[in-house]
Amino acid sequence: MTRRWMMIVAMLAGLALFAAACGGSADTSGDTSAEDGSTEEAAADGASAAADAGGDGIVGLITKNETNPFFVKMREGAQAKADELGVELRAFAGEGDDDNASQVQALEDLIAADATGVMITPADTIAIVPTVEKAREAGLTVIALDTPLDPLDAADATFATDNFRAGELIGEWAAATIDDPDNAKIALLNINPNQPTVGVLRNQGFLTGFGIDVGDPNMWGDEDDPRIVGQDVTDGNEEGGRSAMERLIAIDPDINVVYTLNEPAAAGAKLALDAAGLEALIVSVDGSCPGVEDVADGNVGATAMQFPLLMASLGVEAIATGEIPPNSEGIDFYNTGVELITDAPVDGVESQTTEFGLENCWG
Amino acid sequence: MVSDEKTTDDRAERRPTDQLAAAEGIAGSAVGDVASFEQSQSPLDRLQRFLHSRPLVSPSVVLLLAFLFFSIAGDRFFTATNTSTILAQVMIIGTLGIAQTLVILTGGIDLSVGAITLFASVVMGKLAVGWGWNPWLALLFGIGIGLACGAANGLLVTRLKLPPFIATLGTLSVFGALAQWFSENQTLRSTDVQEQASNLLWFGRVWEPLSGFRVTYGVVFMLLLYAFFTFALSRTTWGEHVYATGDEPETARLVGINTSRVLLSVYVVAGLLAGLAGWLWIGRIGAVSPIPIVNANLESITAVVIGGTSLFGGRGLVLGTLIGALIVGVFDSGLSVLGFEPLWRVFAIGVLVLVAVALDQWIRRVGK
Repeated sequence: MTRRWMMIVAMLAGLALFAAACGGSADTSGDTSAEDGSTEEAAADGASAAADAGGDGIVGLITKNETNPFFVKMREGAQAKADELGVELRAFAGEGDDDNASQVQALEDLIAADATGVMITPADTIAIVPTVEKAREAGLTVIALDTPLDPLDAADATFATDNFRAGELIGEWAAATIDDPDNAKIALLNINPNQPTVGVLRNQGFLTGFGIDVGDPNMWGDEDDPRIVGQDVTDGNEEGGRSAMERLIAIDPDINVVYTLNEPAAAGAKLALDAAGLEALIVSVDGSCPGVEDVADGNVGATAMQFPLLMASLGVEAIATGEIPPNSEGIDFYNTGVELITDAPVDGVESQTTEFGLENCWG
Repeated sequence: MVSDEKTTDDRAERRPTDQLAAAEGIAGSAVGDVASFEQSQSPLDRLQRFLHSRPLVSPSVVLLLAFLFFSIAGDRFFTATNTSTILAQVMIIGTLGIAQTLVILTGGIDLSVGAITLFASVVMGKLAVGWGWNPWLALLFGIGIGLACGAANGLLVTRLKLPPFIATLGTLSVFGALAQWFSENQTLRSTDVQEQASNLLWFGRVWEPLSGFRVTYGVVFMLLLYAFFTFALSRTTWGEHVYATGDEPETARLVGINTSRVLLSVYVVAGLLAGLAGWLWIGRIGAVSPIPIVNANLESITAVVIGGTSLFGGRGLVLGTLIGALIVGVFDSGLSVLGFEPLWRVFAIGVLVLVAVALDQWIRRVGK
């Protein structure tokens, strides 16, 4: 009897999970539940925070998860800078890209620890705002890293990659590299159906750079340019990239330009093209080390590199010194830089070699 | 007394517990015995009984209709290339689906198969490429990791008596974290794997018997696994015991089946299959990636459910899961060819799951 009930509860939970997965394939970096340990750590940190309350010179870093190399690099950059400046870094991570609750708890722990400031890559850009306000009222400097809060001015400052510019760079480069951009056949491999901001910015930046009218710049998929063969989603991983590319090849095998939102998706797309005996120019965004190596090997034409290490180290410095740099020109946040990495430079688009890329890559 | 019963085609119905129930005079549950009552049944009742005794029928019909529909509606769907691509796309979920079917037949569920697959694949990759082990040894070790993970699941379920859902929800996190730790979040690129351990990429290789029709080695391997497990479930005592354990565990115990050992074996085999899927996974993505296989667990459960296996255990066929996985693959590809946005694929699969579960609930009422 109890066994039956247990099964029924399990079944319901399973279905709920299934539903959650349908909506929540949102993660850029993957499986939310496979990333355990972060809460324990947060709890442990919370406990130690209570023990030495009033600790001056504590800087918090709250990331979405601690498995994505991007956030790992962020933490390294923050740690190095904190050591250099003699402040204490307390790192927290959620359990996935939509784990707001852990981030709220981490902020509360940092308020209790009387930290000087905190850098946060918000999982939920809106829901975290009330807690951010509490932190600022308590005197903490809050810097949004990588992802702006909504509203943007809820944080003292935002340090981020200009993702639209990143997309624009690879778009301009692709248009200048292929023979006949007016008759290009373009495949766009995006992140997931939820259209998260970063994914939209990269996609629309790419199209703008390529010279395609994007329609509403806040979404992808509303473009009616005949050069676009199709748009698909990849979850930002190799398998997703491969399957999406395979589906788009089925629509039109003559695709000759492939935009990918990140490098694992690019690697998957390359594999699909190889398997089908086709060739196309692939461009990507991120600047991870395997991604840059793919550019060096010629698997990927170009990638736009971002600098998470710098992002976090600048954040620690700004908090520790109290000197917050002004927003970059033309945008409403501080751009921590983006560089086009390619070994086939073109006129009019500034780029760096893969040698530079390999020295500065992350993950 | 149990396993020597005569063999019939109707595998889903041939369960020792039915025989026992009949023997004890609690008749009326076994379908084959009620032919004489059929005149008094409505066509709907007859359909219900028909589907109950032929669990492959409804998924096969759905697959066939979907295939026909997309072939007619989208002229780029039914091509040699696209058909072979769909097969390659379902090879991971198809393989994990076998593991999931076994576990679900016992009335359990395994949420950790995706994490085991990832763990096994990063172990294979790191040992062979990172540590320079003999690539075949690294491969065996990785598959062994899968087996060990399965054994851990099995022990949690049988010794600690944890409900499978909870046990594997826990190990999903544990194995996932171990994979993250062991891989140090490093991706091993295709080029490096190819140079140092090309056997890891073996299942990604392709044989092209007809122009455009590309048979991926991994797909052939998956089909062989299906053949093997179809045999194991229908023609061996072990298979018989798996069904019995899932159908009526109490009764199975009463007739002398060591249900605990059966359960343990099922989780071990599921782990082994997930370990093999780790090898397939490397072939599929052409690299060794630390990125979690986000939807593997739920998609394998989806394939099982759409394939007509009952989540309550004891009823279903492993071939149904293959059909279920193919249905998902056909919808994914077909809706894409027709130009639907990706979210409608997710929507369609969701609807299919709901329909399949509702149908199962209805079919299960036969004889209850």
